[in-house]
Amino acid sequence: MQRRTLIKVALTAVTLTALQSTTALAENSVLKIGFVGVTSGPAAAWGISNQRSMEARAAWINETGGYKIGDTTYDIEIVSFDDQKDPKRAIAGMEKMAQEGIHYVVGPNVDDGAAAVRPVAEANGIMYFPYAFPKSLYQAPASNAVLGMVANYQSGPSIYKHLMENEGVKTVAFIAANESDPLSQRDGGVAAAKALGLEVVSDTVTYQVDTTDFTPVLTPVMRSRPDLLVLSGVSPANAPQLIRSARELGFEGIISTETAQDAGVLAEGAGDLANGFISVGGASTPELASPMMNEFVQRYTDMFGEYNDESNTKVYALEYILETLKAKPSAITDVEAFKATMDTFEAPNPYMKGDAKLRYVGMTSFGQRRQVAVPLVVNVYQDGAFETLFVAEVD
Amino acid sequence: MEQILANGIYLGSQYAMIALGLTLIFALMNVLNFAHGQMYVIGGFVTYTFYGQWGVPFVLALVMSCVTLAIIGALIEKFLFAPVIKGSAREESTMLLAAGIAFLLDALILLIFGEKQRGVPKIVDGVFNYDFRLIMPYDRILICVLAILSIVAFIGLMQYSKTGRALRALAQDRIAAQLMGVNVDRYSMIGFALGAMLAGLVGGLLVTITGVNLGMGGATSIKAFMMVMIGGAGVISGAIWGGIILGFMEAIGLAVLSQYGDITYLLIFVSLMIFLAIRPQGLMGKPWG
Repeated sequence: MQRRTLIKVALTAVTLTALQSTTALAENSVLKIGFVGVTSGPAAAWGISNQRSMEARAAWINETGGYKIGDTTYDIEIVSFDDQKDPKRAIAGMEKMAQEGIHYVVGPNVDDGAAAVRPVAEANGIMYFPYAFPKSLYQAPASNAVLGMVANYQSGPSIYKHLMENEGVKTVAFIAANESDPLSQRDGGVAAAKALGLEVVSDTVTYQVDTTDFTPVLTPVMRSRPDLLVLSGVSPANAPQLIRSARELGFEGIISTETAQDAGVLAEGAGDLANGFISVGGASTPELASPMMNEFVQRYTDMFGEYNDESNTKVYALEYILETLKAKPSAITDVEAFKATMDTFEAPNPYMKGDAKLRYVGMTSFGQRRQVAVPLVVNVYQDGAFETLFVAEVD
Repeated sequence: MEQILANGIYLGSQYAMIALGLTLIFALMNVLNFAHGQMYVIGGFVTYTFYGQWGVPFVLALVMSCVTLAIIGALIEKFLFAPVIKGSAREESTMLLAAGIAFLLDALILLIFGEKQRGVPKIVDGVFNYDFRLIMPYDRILICVLAILSIVAFIGLMQYSKTGRALRALAQDRIAAQLMGVNVDRYSMIGFALGAMLAGLVGGLLVTITGVNLGMGGATSIKAFMMVMIGGAGVISGAIWGGIILGFMEAIGLAVLSQYGDITYLLIFVSLMIFLAIRPQGLMGKPWG
């Protein structure tokens, strides 16, 4: 008798559990969004800020009941793949996304990875949002890639012009790591500087990606005594060391970069020596951030222990994907419908104060709308935090 | 020229310290410790946590790096390398194990310390500037001096202490040392702990200059292997010379060849290949092992 009762109780428990989980699953459908990027090695900060931004936002959406697209409410699931900054791994990552039936992927983080995944994305109907700058990814006949940030050839000229007009900068030196992204950004920066009439006094000095001591590397650059030192495509790991070495070598000019940086990393690695350092950021400075942006920062911090300022830009890609799908629900499985919607899509930008809009841009640079309209916020580092130097828009 | 010399001495001293631990472990156990760079990174993060985060005096933080790495090294040797060495005569087994440990430590570093570049406040402010011909921040001079003193202390330990004599005996002939009464298991563990401790010490010293991030481990290991190859695997003086030579090659290359782009390491690798083709045992190594 006791045994029979035990079996009955067990069966009832199993049935109830199964019913409960079925009910839970039935509450919301699941929408998978992919991430393929670098989350290990020296450039891990780039990809991890991406991945964590997506996970923090997805958790927030799921906690508040899900995301309604058409008549269906979805829980958002982020499927991540570490490509280790290796194009071969990036291809494997995109193939994994295709196998999982994912049509929207954020990443990869670098030029060669983004170029490598293009055939896989196009063959499998995947829209992807790289943080890579080669124009060929976004110009016709390519149509599946959407640039997730402001490119250096868009931000660089604005920064140089601002510094020429406001700081009297006349000469500039460039230094870059010896790999594809920084070198192409350096070349783009040199061309932009020359076009603006700046004298480029040094543009040949490069350094190994794994360099830890930059004093010997910077010594010859410092001899050229530039007004402006541009750290082309510099990773957050290298920026503080380069700034520190340059200042210790007696450099008193302005230092800038066109990549996003983290104020905490600069404070720890360079301290006051980083004061005046100019970089490109997102919309998190107090004068720009909306209450939703502030809440995102808080949730990210609660979830991962520490915020990363690079997420000020990285927060946008997932929002663009979801908002565009909301505008065109059939695009969940049909990326052609997504592409068609991009031309006219517009929604309020929840992360910025005022009437800023989410919309796709890129007509000037790419001839088609294949870039998210994140604000071009140029920041200057001062005493442990970024201050907004100026804000511009990219078309 | 003064700047090149100063950069060479500074780079050489830190490189020599990195290579010392690696070559010690190789000499004692014939193990190529691919996780040496990761141990260096952990040393940096421990100093960062104690000194940079918790405000513990730098010297104490440095001691904590050494102690932490010595314990990690001893545990790795006792529970991972020793059983594998006893159970397998194939050298690949320890190489694979070392590579596995490197991946494991990388994952643990990411989990515990995060993905960001970390740095600590300068231990000494100010820059020595001799008419812009020789510029060297005081903290680099101090770290360089500390590195040289550490190397001297390590050589003293190896030459004049009972432990050092036992370790040298072990490195020269493991069986003969055992027959002479040296507790091979115990001194293997001590040797590995000492090698790991050196990695922790240099990681702790250099975090004040270069900062630390989780991606530094692999690159540090490669440089350490290059120095060991130049100097001769398993030879203490060889590691020191290997470090100094690599440091000077880098300093000279970066100063003289900068206008040609990043070809310094290309030339260093080519030189290394030619050198090894002529003298495969390195500067101080013996042809018979």
